[in-house]
Amino acid sequence: MTVKLVDIASIIRSKNAGPYELTLDIIFKDREWYEKIKKAKAINRSLICGLYNIPEEDILNIIEFDPAGAVKITIKRPLVSGDIGETDVYGAQQHAPLLALEFDI
Amino acid sequence: MKEIRVLSPTAILGYGFPVASFKAGLERQPDVIAVDAGSTDPGPYYLGAGVSFTDRRAVYRDLSLMLKAGRELKIPVIIGSAGGSGAEPHLQWNLDIIREIAARENLSFRLAVIHGEIDKNIVLKAFAEGQIIRLPPGAPLTIEDISGSTHIVGQMGVEPFIHALEAGADVVLAGRSYDPAVFAALPVMRGFAPGLALHMGKILECAAIAAIPGSGSDCMMGYLREDHFLLEPLNPARKCTVTSVAAHTLYEKSNPYILPGPGSIIDLTAARFDQYNETMVKVSGSRLSPCPFYAIKLEGAKRVGYRTISVAGARDPVFISRVDEIIAGVKSRVEDNFSDISAADYTLLFHIYGKDGVMADLEPQKKITSHELGIIIEAVATSQELANTICSFARSTMLHYGYPGRVSTAGNLAFLYSPSDLKAGEVYRFSIHHLIKVSDPCALFPMEIIKIGEGQG
Repeated sequence: MTVKLVDIASIIRSKNAGPYELTLDIIFKDREWYEKIKKAKAINRSLICGLYNIPEEDILNIIEFDPAGAVKITIKRPLVSGDIGETDVYGAQQHAPLLALEFDI
Repeated sequence: MKEIRVLSPTAILGYGFPVASFKAGLERQPDVIAVDAGSTDPGPYYLGAGVSFTDRRAVYRDLSLMLKAGRELKIPVIIGSAGGSGAEPHLQWNLDIIREIAARENLSFRLAVIHGEIDKNIVLKAFAEGQIIRLPPGAPLTIEDISGSTHIVGQMGVEPFIHALEAGADVVLAGRSYDPAVFAALPVMRGFAPGLALHMGKILECAAIAAIPGSGSDCMMGYLREDHFLLEPLNPARKCTVTSVAAHTLYEKSNPYILPGPGSIIDLTAARFDQYNETMVKVSGSRLSPCPFYAIKLEGAKRVGYRTISVAGARDPVFISRVDEIIAGVKSRVEDNFSDISAADYTLLFHIYGKDGVMADLEPQKKITSHELGIIIEAVATSQELANTICSFARSTMLHYGYPGRVSTAGNLAFLYSPSDLKAGEVYRFSIHHLIKVSDPCALFPMEIIKIGEGQG
């Protein structure tokens, strides 16, 4: 079946993790969906590379965090927070492409 | 049972808190009131320019309540990362507020002031001796980054705070601090497990953000015991749940299991989060792993120019469909008109809201679907005058730019303001985000004791 990420996650957000990194958190509504997504490795490097159009080396890590039933993706910021030309100083609005994700689980 | 109670009134000094929540915290007899004032999130300007990102009156309000409560209950009040960035001007700004509160409220106390600004010569010497460590993905450090920085600070750990408390300080005001340090210092000094104390501090530094509904402007209490700690939001409208606390552990970090700090790493691989009662969560299993050496995180910012911006909107569908080529044309007109000015002396940018103003290169949606665009014309240059010139010329050129298919020949832009161009002043960038190895955790952070209000009562 096809499931939309927005229907199975309660929190989808982005934020700076220091001025050089951007971190994306997906916290699932329940344990069951978290485990399914984790088992299927549905959130992976190639998915994120495609979604944000970034090279694989810019993905610093993807971590499954069992205590919160969450998947965390950290990427290198294209520009350091506050640099000339940078557009989101706090990094708080870079999550939107995740909202369109759908999975065949 | 051994227990120490730490009251965190607000996520950032100046973000405020309800008096009722604060009173509920005081009724629970805290051993210390602590607040972290700092963050690098607001960007490099505040550190570079030596300006607080919080408002003076809002900081006065929060601190006034905290200092009065501290004196009444005879417990320490600890403030870290004074003025947001914690360099010397920020520290002095906050010290001035403390003096004013003490005078108005007739308070007297021993104040420890711990300086967080690091002299450039110390950093240059450490760099020459190979004692600076790069933090990827940040770039390697250069001598120009060090000497060009207007302010350099170091994030102090718990040790300078313990030193201040042992010197009999009633109030501690510190420069740039590792966020959890203000909350963990007294517990570590009293012999509580540092792994739990620092993990509790990591959560308390955001006050009630770890509750549901979360808030950075409301109070949270931490109860640290021998082998666990408890978190309690002090507003009855909030609850801590296992999910809200565990989710907070993810917040603003790249790896939620391993949290490196000064001299040690908080290791959460064996951490457990359990619901203690309806509103409180119990955390256990947080450990501290030692580092092979003690290092302090340095932060620096340097000035890179001056900015002028112009804010406008566009509603014409033909203009919107051709906006990329119009921007390219305007840029080329600016270059041509000022061919006597070196391209290295200025940067001209167009931020297009309704297209990719928020995500820039990360934006996956390439097609404009909006009926209107927000346009920020931005010039950053080596002087304010030059930034004004470039922005002004780009603005007037874009206003009257002729493009194929144009029907609205009176003007392309709707300006929001008169004057249309706003001088935004100095522009800074983060120049240093590196570790410096130290042999003494207190060496970079000189402390002085000031007797406040003595003889005035």
